[in-house]
This record gives sequence, structure tokens and C-alpha cells, in this order.
Amino acid sequence: MMIVAVAVCFTLGDPRPIGAQMLVNGAGATFPYPIYSKWFEEYIKVDPAVRFNYQSIGSGGGIRQISERTVDFGASDGPMTDDQLKKAPGEIFHFPTVLGAVVPTYNLPGNPKLRFTGQVLADIFLGKIIKWNDERIKALNPSEALPDRPIVVVHRSDGSGTTFIWVDYLCKVSKEWEQKVGRGTSVNWPVGLGGKGNEGVAGQVKAAPGALGYVELAYAITNKLPAGAVRNQAGKFVEASIESTTAAAAGAASAMPADFRVSLTNPAGDGAYPIASFTWLLVYKEQRDEAKGKALVRFLWWAVHDGQKYPSPLLYAPIPPAVVKQIEARIGQITFGGKPILAAR
Amino acid sequence: MADSASLAQEARRTWTPRPATRRRAGRVGDPLFRGLLRAAAWAVVVLAGGLMAALVWESSAAIRAFGFRFVTTSTWDPVAGEFGALPFIYGTLVSSLLALLIAVPLSLGAAIYLSELAPAWVRPPVSFLIEMLAAVPSVVYGLWGIFVLVPWLRDWVQPPLGRWLGVLPLFSGPGYGVGMLAAGLILSIMVLPYITSVAREVLLAVPNAQREAALGLGATGWEAIRVAVLPYGRTGLIGAILLGLGRALGETMAVTMVIGNRPAISASLFAPGYTMASVIANEFTEATSDLYVSALVGVGLLLLVVTIVVNALARLLVWSVGAPAGARE
Repeated sequence: MMIVAVAVCFTLGDPRPIGAQMLVNGAGATFPYPIYSKWFEEYIKVDPAVRFNYQSIGSGGGIRQISERTVDFGASDGPMTDDQLKKAPGEIFHFPTVLGAVVPTYNLPGNPKLRFTGQVLADIFLGKIIKWNDERIKALNPSEALPDRPIVVVHRSDGSGTTFIWVDYLCKVSKEWEQKVGRGTSVNWPVGLGGKGNEGVAGQVKAAPGALGYVELAYAITNKLPAGAVRNQAGKFVEASIESTTAAAAGAASAMPADFRVSLTNPAGDGAYPIASFTWLLVYKEQRDEAKGKALVRFLWWAVHDGQKYPSPLLYAPIPPAVVKQIEARIGQITFGGKPILAAR
Repeated sequence: MADSASLAQEARRTWTPRPATRRRAGRVGDPLFRGLLRAAAWAVVVLAGGLMAALVWESSAAIRAFGFRFVTTSTWDPVAGEFGALPFIYGTLVSSLLALLIAVPLSLGAAIYLSELAPAWVRPPVSFLIEMLAAVPSVVYGLWGIFVLVPWLRDWVQPPLGRWLGVLPLFSGPGYGVGMLAAGLILSIMVLPYITSVAREVLLAVPNAQREAALGLGATGWEAIRVAVLPYGRTGLIGAILLGLGRALGETMAVTMVIGNRPAISASLFAPGYTMASVIANEFTEATSDLYVSALVGVGLLLLVVTIVVNALARLLVWSVGAPAGARE
């Protein structure tokens, strides 16, 4: 009864005439959901004839649904694997939309500003460095009084793009991590406790003195969590920020593969924060519906141009201009009936 | 959970007089009504069967790949595609049993007090408050667990327990706050209202003649409850406990937030654990490979099987204790 009442409210409450506009359906990653919903809302002003409906069901669900063609576009925090691309009924393009970063956060008396290297982070998460006053942490932070406390490692318990970025980085900086654990949205953690979601990890870090976990940059900024600086490939200790995250993509632009399925962790560049990643929209190269294809192409174009002014206030990092140029070329390759849609505009 | 509910229902029926069935021949209404009810009953059976079949079908890839190893090994490595569900089975059973261990004495005590001893004016507000606990959403329990229960356990409960009883494997190792103990405590609070309110109803349904007879023979208040009231409601009380157990086995959100989510088997209650419901809730949305999804559905199937087995065992228990009590009446 309740459900019926609520459903009626929603139908009556929606002033827009149903069927007057086209509905483009998408599903996938939860991480970029705030920026995507902002975009879809703003895009109504650009093209009132198109409505986007996005369900943030997780990257795994996004990949499954786009592979089964039950949605018009998918979204994922991790690129699809070769195997997954091969199984899909058509060629799928990856379009980077915004960037996210992941930061180490901790709970120590006096809230010191700490510096880490990738190797040290990997060894902590492998259970090889077990105390805060370990020589190797002390060497990186000579001015801090580090306590003789065990490090309580906290990781995500739910499958997550945040975890993927974190372990992808650990794989690149530690051979041992790559062999023993590897990369994925969930992994077989050698040590530590699992917290559900960013808030679960943050909650456990805040609750346990001596804890070390990792959260999304946006989450760390809004909740004022201490975030350690991490040494990048150029040897500089960089704190995570919107600028240093965008710099990570700029550093990778010269070596960007045409399909954008690239891992941005540990990139070149002095100012680049090393634990960053794109999040992607997944779109079929050959569109089956001309009108929807056109709407998608227009939206993608808008999102990487005018749309890029919206990420920063929401604490996502925008795509650097050099990469936008590369994305433009890729949008031009989306076709309907074998003909590029963009050219036909 | 539906299973335990029906069990409790059935247990209660042993003393509730069944309404006499009257048949008025020649009416259209009655057969129609009977048909509708029969359809409703069978629809539930078909639904349950369909659920089981769907779980088996969806998890067939994992069953084929791992066979019996799926329930006997404890490596859960999505990256390598190695899946063993033993730690989840262990965590589910241990956290639920721990919950019952704490909740049963409390709930039965509260139920006996409310039905036998409490002054009349105390009964409605206290019963209402206890039942209110059942209305609290589980995520709220989880948040309370993270911010109140876990720090309290870590700072006030685990250090003294570890110091004095640390020689027992049960209380060994570092206390993080989160872990099996926190999960068991949260669950015990969550199942408490279910057990209490059903047990109270059961005790209230015990005829007054039972009590009067016992008291008339010179029994004290405690003796009357022990020899006359509790045995009479025994099957119903076990039904109430099973309802609580069913709830504990399937509870997901609150447990996930405090259990530490580590797929390892440890004798210590301080150590983090993992439950079947939690791993499904945690990993399903981002599971990309087919085998991974299949393994998670397999865990769901296991949860269903474990629930059925536990309920079946409990039903045997009800029968075995129910028979002599019935014979004596």
C-alpha cells in the first residue's frame, strides 16, 4: 500500500510530460555519481530534449549491464579487461570523465603531517612494517616523534574503485605486493581490518589510535582527515589536491594509449600526486539508435569541455587540456551505421 | 527468517485452540476461498523452490570449479580466482551463537518478569520499549556500534579481559574493538526484542490453572514458574529462540560495520571475522568476473542451506522436547 502511494506521488509529482523527451539510461560506478548527477542536471539546460537516468550500482554492475546492452552507457572506476572487452557484443570505448585520488589517512597523537613512500606503504599493508616507530618511517619523518605503537591497517571491505587505485599503486611500487596480492576491486589482504565504504574506513581509523587506512581524496578533504604526502616517481613528496591529481593525468598524457585504458598511478611529473586514476564512461563504438547515439556524443563533448568547470567544487579533479584533445578524437570515432556521428552534426 | 517465524507460529499453535472448520455445502464462496488460500500456500512453496533453483543455477560455475573445496578451504582471493567460504560459514555461526548466548538469558528473564512478576502498570511501557528495539534500522545499530560500542570494547572491556583471561584462546590477541565480540554483542541486542516479545506471548498463553495448581500444591513463585509455566510453554520458547537465531544468521548491515571483515578463522573473540551475508553485501556490486559473481551467489546458497539445516536441527529439538511435555499434559 505504501509502495503504491509513493509510486503515485512520484508519477504525479513529476511535472515533465512523459515521452516528450528521450531517456538515455546508464549504470555503473558509485564514486563519480555526485559529479554525474550534477552534469545530467546542468545538461538539461543545454539540451532540454534529453534526460539521463543513471543508476550508481557499482563498477562491476556497470560493466555487466553495458556488456549485456541493457543500458545505453556504462561507467567504471577501473578499465574493462581485454577478456571483458572481447566478450562484449561490440567494441566498447572508454572515455575518461574526471579524476579521483586516494590518500593514506591515519590516527596518531598530535596529528603529525607524515610523509610516505610507496615501498613503505606496501610493506605496511603486507604486514612487514608493523610499528609506527619503524626505522623506515622514522627516516622519512625525522622531525616527528613516532610512537611505539602497532600499526592497525584498515582497508575497504566492499569491492571498490578506491581499493583498485590503491592496490594498483602498490603493485607498481612493490614487486612483492604484485606477486602476493595483485590488483582488483577486492583483494586478499595480508593484514588488517575491513571497513565498509569510505565512512567505514574513516570511522575505524578515527576510532583506533595507531590506525592507517586509505580513503578518496574528496572524502578526506570534506571530513578534514589527515592525509600523508607520498613520494612520486620524480622523488618529490606531494600532498594530494585537485591540482596535483590533474597533474598526474598531465604527466601521463604523452604516453596515453588510444583507448584510454591506462593506469595513472605512479606517473611522471614533478607535481603529480602518485595515487590517482581516471573514472570512465563506457560507450559502444557503433551506436544502435541514431537519436540516442547523437545525444550521447553531444553529451560527452559537453562533459569534457564546458562540463569540466563542475568537478572542482565537488572535489573531483578535471581532465587536463592535453588529454581533452585526445578524447575529442576518440569521440569522433563513435559511429551510427558505420558513419561518424560527430561529423554529421 | 521466514522459516523460524513459521516454526514459532507452529510451536504456538500447540496450545492455541484451532478454530473448528465448518463446512456449508452448496456455497460457491467457500470452495473459492479455499482455492485462493491453497494457491497462496503453494505460491510460497513455489517461490522458495524457485529461489533455491535460481541460486543453484547462478552458482553452478563456482560449484563446478571448486566442488566441495568451496566449503572446506579458507582462501578468498578474488584476484587469483580462488574462493573458499569456510571463514564466512564459521563467522556466521559463531557470531549468531554468541548472540544467542547473550540474548537468551536476558530475553527469557525479561519475558518471565513481564508475564509473571511485573506490576500491571510496568508491563505495557516496558514491553513497548523492548519491542521498539526491533524497529531500529540495522544501519543505525551499525553506526552506534562503530561510534559507541567499539571504542567502549576497545578501551574498557578488552584490556581487562585480555589481562586476566588472556591465557584462554577465547580472549587472546590484540583488541581492536571491532571483531567477533562486537558483532555478537550487536546481534544479541538486535535479536533480543524478537525473543522477548514472542516468549512473553507464549508465557501469557499458559493457562492460569497451571500456575494455580502449582501454587495450590505449595510451590513457591519460582517453583511455580519452573515446574508449571516454563515446561508448558517449552516448544513456544524454543520457537522464540529460533526466531532470534534466524534473524542473527541473516543480519547483514550492522554486522558488516563492526565485525572487521577479515576472512580468517580465529579462536579469539577479539579477532576480526566475516559472515556470509557480509561478504555478499560487500563484494557483489563490484564483482566483475563471472566466477567471482558465481562464488558470491554460492555463498548465498550456503547461507540458505545453513539456515535450513539449523532450522531443521531446531525442529528436531522441538519435537524431542515437545513430545514428553505433551504426554504429561
